[in-house]
Amino acid sequence: MLRVIVRRLLQLVVTLIALSALIFIWLRNLPGGPVDALLGERATPETRALLTKALGYDQPIHVQYGKFMQRILTGDFGNSIRTGDPVIEVIGRAFPATFELALAAMVIAVGLGIPLGYLAARWRGRSLDHLTVVGTLLGISIPIFFLGYLLKDVFTQNIHWFPPSGRVGIGLDNTNITGFFVLDGLLTREFDAAADALWHLILPALTLATIPLAVIVRMTRASVLDVLNEDYVRTAEAKGLRHRTIRKRHILRNALLPVVTTIGLQTGALLSGAVLTEKVYNWGGLGTLITDSITGSRDYPVLQALILLAAFVFVVVNLLVDLSYAFIDPRVRVR
Amino acid sequence: MTEPTTQAGTPAPRRKDERPGGGNLNRLGDRKKARLEELARASSGKGGVSLFRDALRRLRRNPAAIVGATIIGLFVLVAIFAPLIAPHDPVQRFDELTSKLAADNIPGPTDGFPLGSDELGRDLLSRLIYGSRQTLFVGVLATLIGLAIGVLFGAIAGAFGGWVDNILMRVTDVMLALPALLLAITLVALASRSSQWTVIMAVAIVNVPIFARLLRGSMLAQRESDHVLAARALGVKQRSIVLRHMLPNAMTAVIVQATLTLSVAIIEAASLSFLGLGDPDRDRAEWGAMLGDAGVRYFEVRPELAYYPALAIIVVALGFTLLGEAMREAIDPKNRR
Repeated sequence: MLRVIVRRLLQLVVTLIALSALIFIWLRNLPGGPVDALLGERATPETRALLTKALGYDQPIHVQYGKFMQRILTGDFGNSIRTGDPVIEVIGRAFPATFELALAAMVIAVGLGIPLGYLAARWRGRSLDHLTVVGTLLGISIPIFFLGYLLKDVFTQNIHWFPPSGRVGIGLDNTNITGFFVLDGLLTREFDAAADALWHLILPALTLATIPLAVIVRMTRASVLDVLNEDYVRTAEAKGLRHRTIRKRHILRNALLPVVTTIGLQTGALLSGAVLTEKVYNWGGLGTLITDSITGSRDYPVLQALILLAAFVFVVVNLLVDLSYAFIDPRVRVR
Repeated sequence: MTEPTTQAGTPAPRRKDERPGGGNLNRLGDRKKARLEELARASSGKGGVSLFRDALRRLRRNPAAIVGATIIGLFVLVAIFAPLIAPHDPVQRFDELTSKLAADNIPGPTDGFPLGSDELGRDLLSRLIYGSRQTLFVGVLATLIGLAIGVLFGAIAGAFGGWVDNILMRVTDVMLALPALLLAITLVALASRSSQWTVIMAVAIVNVPIFARLLRGSMLAQRESDHVLAARALGVKQRSIVLRHMLPNAMTAVIVQATLTLSVAIIEAASLSFLGLGDPDRDRAEWGAMLGDAGVRYFEVRPELAYYPALAIIVVALGFTLLGEAMREAIDPKNRR
């Protein structure tokens, strides 16, 4: 088991190094690089050369990469070209917003998805099943940014149930400790702030949850259907076991294995979706940061760090999911 | 209990075939080989057709497949006959529409313009109809390019195995380590400025590792399967084993995936437009750009600018998904009952 973890971690490191090298080389060889972006097209060659030198872009690329890796290992990702702040701080500030959003979306997707998928499978061919199947098909066919605008229009313009955008209400004095606004509100006992943050969270989280929810429902349904046909379920029924026991010990325990993998893979959809959702709701997290660092001036240090972070999160989550298999399913011996 | 005997039995004749024999034996071997290859070809061809027919039969009985195919058929027809169907030129700005354009007003349906104006005073209906062409173009091209590169990768990896496979798969690992849209964003950002081609290429490359993995998996599974072993035993060249025996059998899964990818590609192109990384040509009517750009920008002024292209995208994406999944079900041996 330990050897597996070590090997997978090594693979992860290799993947990340390869990715960082690729991104580094690509981003450096672009026309319209960061110097032009900072100075505009009309800068004199002298100022351009000066800035190129100041930013270290005049050195050979392998030297630049060497320095880059050296700094990364000490947690230094350079400074944002746009704001001049250290990249790690810029990302640190935006991270809680996205994490909070993604977590809420995942809770919705898993919390609704597994029961819905189970019920649809159990009542196969009935109206709930048909509704679920059609709903999930729609869920994966709709561009989620459009869904975001639609929800925003219905629930903030027509019915004023939710606030249209942002993370906190205007004029609300909330104390910021962790950056997770709902948690902050609870910690400081500013329950109005916590409620307000939660209120702001609901629509974006629903929007972001759409695709993972649809995928998890479909996976659960298919998986439960497979298990329902198994002999051991029939045996359990024949033995006269209670429904609840069969559901928990025989059906779900077996059917959820592929679902767990799916949940891991959906972190990717969450990271992608966060970029879109955050733009719709003006959320100000990592997704917004990505959009901002590409459109307009290209903020390469921030972009680089964000891409690496996304890859890191995605790969680590999937590694954890793979490893968790051994605990969920005693039949699996990870080799 | 029967397994050990067959396993012990098979190597013997194989070894006899491979051993270079005397002149007589060789000629006999050649003739046998030619005959066997002929037989192999005949039966594999027939088997393929009947398998395919079997799948098609199951597909025709599946209402989801019929709905999906109908949607796609209509979509393609509209794209082909767009100039005949569309009432107006999609790029022409009409004075009677532009005169009514204001910051808070985009004219709705009027005489001759059944869906009203777009944000620049052009006929929305005509742009939607012509949009089917560009949407089909972007979706199909992105999918085909991704498929071609992915199939090349996957076929090489699956055919050679060993270190070639290892290197190619590490490359796909790196690509898969980034979530799809983020990879697409990165790729578009790498181009100095975005164009229709950067969108197509970005969406295509995102799908390369998926196709590559899929094909490699089914090629590897076939390496040890009976029909490949038989071909190898007959001395069929490695190249024709890969091209004629393994690849055709592995392609079914890839084609199904391509159908599903088409819907993803159209949605991804729309997402890129929404992020400001889409096709900057505002004359070109494409649903994704119409929705992601003007559609959401003027959502509060005239939401129909978003509703219609969104509806078109959803319906077409649904069509490809329905057909793709029905195809997957049809070729799945589990469902052959």
